[in-house]
Amino acid sequence: MTTALSLHRELGLTDEEFQQIRSELQREPTHAELAMFSVMWSEHCSYKSSRLHLKKMPSTGDRILVGPGEGAGIVEVAPGVAVAWKAESHNHPSFVEPFNGAATGVGGIIRDIVSMGARPIALMDSLRFGELGDAPTRFLVDGVARGISSYGNSIGVPTVGGETGFEDCYADNPLVNVACLGIVEYKLMQGRASGAGNKVLLFGASTGRDGIGGASVLASAGFDEGSDDKRPSVQVGDPFSGKLLIEASLELIRRDLLVGIQDLGAGGITCPASEMADKAGSGMHLHADHVHLRQQAMEPFEIMISESQERMLAVVEPHLVTDALAVCAHWGVSAEVIGEVTATGKLEVEMQGETVADIPVGALTEQAPLLDRNRRRPEWLDELQKSPHGGGPPDDLAAAVMSVLASPAIASKRWLWRQYDHMIFLGTIGPPGGDAAVIRLPDRETAVAISTDGPGRFCYLDPYQGALLAVAEAARNVAAVGALPVAITNCLNFGNPEDPAVMWQFTEVVRGISDACAAFSTPVTGGNVSFYNETAGRAVFPTPVIGMLGVLESFHSAVGTAFGRDGHQIVMFGSTDPGDLGGSEYAKVMFGVVAGRPPKLDLEGEHNLHLLLHRAADAGLLVSCHDLSQGGAAVALAECALAGHRGFSVDLSDISPGGELHAALFSESPSRVIASCPEHHVEDLVQLAAEYRVPVRVIGVVGGGTLDFGPFALMLDDVERVFEDTLPQILSASMDR
Amino acid sequence: MAFTALVSVMPKPGVADPQGQTIEGALPVLGYTGVHDVRVGKRIELQLEAANESEARQRVVEMCDKLLANPVIESYEVTIR
Amino acid sequence: MTSAGIVVFPGSNCEQDCRRALSGLGASTAMVWHTESALPDVDVVILPGGFAHGDYLRAGAIARFSPVMDAVRKHAESGGLVLGICNGFQILCEAGMLPGALRKNAGLKFLCEWTDVRVENADTPFTCRTQTGDVLRIPINHFDGNWYCEPETFQRLHDNGQIVLRYADNPNGSLGSVAGLCNPAGNVLGLMPHPERACESVLGSEDGRVILRAMLDHAQRFAA
Repeated sequence: MTTALSLHRELGLTDEEFQQIRSELQREPTHAELAMFSVMWSEHCSYKSSRLHLKKMPSTGDRILVGPGEGAGIVEVAPGVAVAWKAESHNHPSFVEPFNGAATGVGGIIRDIVSMGARPIALMDSLRFGELGDAPTRFLVDGVARGISSYGNSIGVPTVGGETGFEDCYADNPLVNVACLGIVEYKLMQGRASGAGNKVLLFGASTGRDGIGGASVLASAGFDEGSDDKRPSVQVGDPFSGKLLIEASLELIRRDLLVGIQDLGAGGITCPASEMADKAGSGMHLHADHVHLRQQAMEPFEIMISESQERMLAVVEPHLVTDALAVCAHWGVSAEVIGEVTATGKLEVEMQGETVADIPVGALTEQAPLLDRNRRRPEWLDELQKSPHGGGPPDDLAAAVMSVLASPAIASKRWLWRQYDHMIFLGTIGPPGGDAAVIRLPDRETAVAISTDGPGRFCYLDPYQGALLAVAEAARNVAAVGALPVAITNCLNFGNPEDPAVMWQFTEVVRGISDACAAFSTPVTGGNVSFYNETAGRAVFPTPVIGMLGVLESFHSAVGTAFGRDGHQIVMFGSTDPGDLGGSEYAKVMFGVVAGRPPKLDLEGEHNLHLLLHRAADAGLLVSCHDLSQGGAAVALAECALAGHRGFSVDLSDISPGGELHAALFSESPSRVIASCPEHHVEDLVQLAAEYRVPVRVIGVVGGGTLDFGPFALMLDDVERVFEDTLPQILSASMDR
Repeated sequence: MAFTALVSVMPKPGVADPQGQTIEGALPVLGYTGVHDVRVGKRIELQLEAANESEARQRVVEMCDKLLANPVIESYEVTIR
Repeated sequence: MTSAGIVVFPGSNCEQDCRRALSGLGASTAMVWHTESALPDVDVVILPGGFAHGDYLRAGAIARFSPVMDAVRKHAESGGLVLGICNGFQILCEAGMLPGALRKNAGLKFLCEWTDVRVENADTPFTCRTQTGDVLRIPINHFDGNWYCEPETFQRLHDNGQIVLRYADNPNGSLGSVAGLCNPAGNVLGLMPHPERACESVLGSEDGRVILRAMLDHAQRFAA
């Protein structure tokens, strides 16, 4: 094959990797083999730059039934009740084609959950875009929202919340991270191809040329000019097929017809075939010509790496194949036996009687390159950290509060979430937009709380500290609704790992997540890494998105953000440092500055706050509770007022000793929440706070039609208008590209 | 004989067409003035076997009446090649 | 015990929610797959929400040809109650069991939100536990809820009392703010809002129970 030498480069393999393939095979690879190696050894599938570091994260615990490395992590939330929880990124495809990129991102994570034997019951999105002043960004936001809405609504899984941020660094590299929660219905499944002689069943949509090399082409290199050329690599989602695939898969599992199952995503058939065989210590013999094709004259390499959506690979005992095919037929899902499990330890593929690939499975999986890339703390960081944080006093405090509330990052995201079915399954307690979504498990008293957080600005200023803050905020969000944080999933979004500065940011973030998760007893159940989020040499802020899972013994004890009744006392837990304005929303909105150091965090104090809130909610002491994060106390108080349609009056003059009022309003010190309760609960709360050594003080009272901060007050109606109208006004502006 | 049928389905006159209105509103912003009556419909292509063109047309018209168009809000045109 | 048959098309997705809501009201339920040519022995038939056949071509356009629809039609013709919710309403319109058609929302966006709907006719099996003018808080969840019919038809429906529910604040451009309507006999109701999502205060409202309870009570009297 004369083109072999240049072909491997076209497929994204390095010369060194090509040599390694030759030595694994002890011969020249075929075209199909090279393509299979290229997808399996891509950054996206092999985690070659990150594997070494990810191993260091805590991943075990009493509740963790399945940890990293499977379709999704599995966590026990009540005796005999297990949920699947996993996040994944679809950043590159969403930039190339926002509607289909986001839609297939939703579809992919749903199939991951289903492959564990779990029914998907909730979705969350963590989105980052450029600033909304740019028309192309508005086009992206609209496309991504429509993609999530179109796919999630139709497939019938509620999109219950998430978060959306806007920062210039994401303009050419938006982040679309999707997390999915599922409940294990009948039995826990895993991707195992055990039992030589068992049949390999491919079911779901037909296989076409869509997404050939999607994983390696899109997610494993940065963008340059001319991203339009990459468009054919984007897959098109079909939520109707996806829905039928869920039902067929879950029925196959319920009727105990499967030995193992894994979904097809990045890497096409090659990925589950090699991983399932590898994990079971077996092999597979596949007939590429038995694959149901959508297009004519497809080459064997195309069949093996096509990323056509809505497909699953399962292993079935021979005497159950007829039954399994009947289940698929009932749901109108096409299915073919495309091969069988062997004991050879090899992945063999034949087409029209000819062997087109014959690879030891370990070569595709465990022996994939493992890199310890160079890392170096970037020089620019010292100067950035030494610069003033930019959070000086404003000319007008009232106007400053309004400006921060009108910031797209803060303003109501109703424009987005009203496009998402957030109610199906009758489990969503409270509307999206709260600290965490509370999901009552179907036909049960138990509820879980889920939240996603990824403070990119803090991680940019200090990746380790930022990662601690990310986990802390995610856990605090879950605790604020009354749940006990128990586990995380994550999406780690970074620039080019070949840049030592990016690699340093990555390892610092992993170290931060590890330390915080250890301190909070919230192990990492899995997740994903997205590198190469950079265009023309400009990378995104290091953005670890933490998906926190919490448990409520009863959905009745869930606490919302809304102030409930006039006369209730407003209580602040935690202490405020007037210096915690580095990387704050206030500094960015008012002065356009992102500099200095992020807020400090006391891990033990933070953890104590979570335990305190869980106890207080369980005891029914709280009417409302809201975490303080972006925008500080000013924004949190305003959100509680808006959610409850009632004002308040507070005195913040002595919450931050030695600080000015603007610092008390906008400081983003962590480990704080604002709660409200009837007066007769205050004493119990104070006592509980003393027990957990958490500072507490009554700062005011609920009631009236104004947000009264003492020296100034705002009309509730004016605040509501700004908060609700900002995004619709910007996004209803012209959608031209 | 094999025929190709092109079916264009359009919103009936008088039935509001929000997609058309939205596009009509967007075009002047891009500098295309003087555009009016923008309507958005769909085009369906299909291959079929029939003895002759008129039989092919008759079958496609039947499909339109039954499934491809909703007579309450849509009209259709059939082209046979 | 009143029994409800919930018809499941490929792509339906609210059938379990309907089961939960109706069970909560003491009814027994049976899922009926769309290829069945006969209904089991049930008092009422529910066509639930979702995206039957992906809503491809038009919402409800393909589902109306499912074998079960003949049985649903016969059930209605013999006076049995049929409730079409959201996608179920779209299917009933496509099947000609209810007048008009549902177009894309005027704002060209999917909408999932709470709405207030006003009862225009309290004299149907579905609204007989309300008074005309009552306002019910029930959420919508659709892209194609913008109902339309010819002006003459609208006048006739109005005069017949077939317009059963109207939005207080029209969210989707629906002609006459119609949120739900019935056939001339009053035993077939289609509505875009989802009553099954409004049966528990913890979810935001219990007003959906008023409609479902009335339907079940009426069916029981009819059966007796």
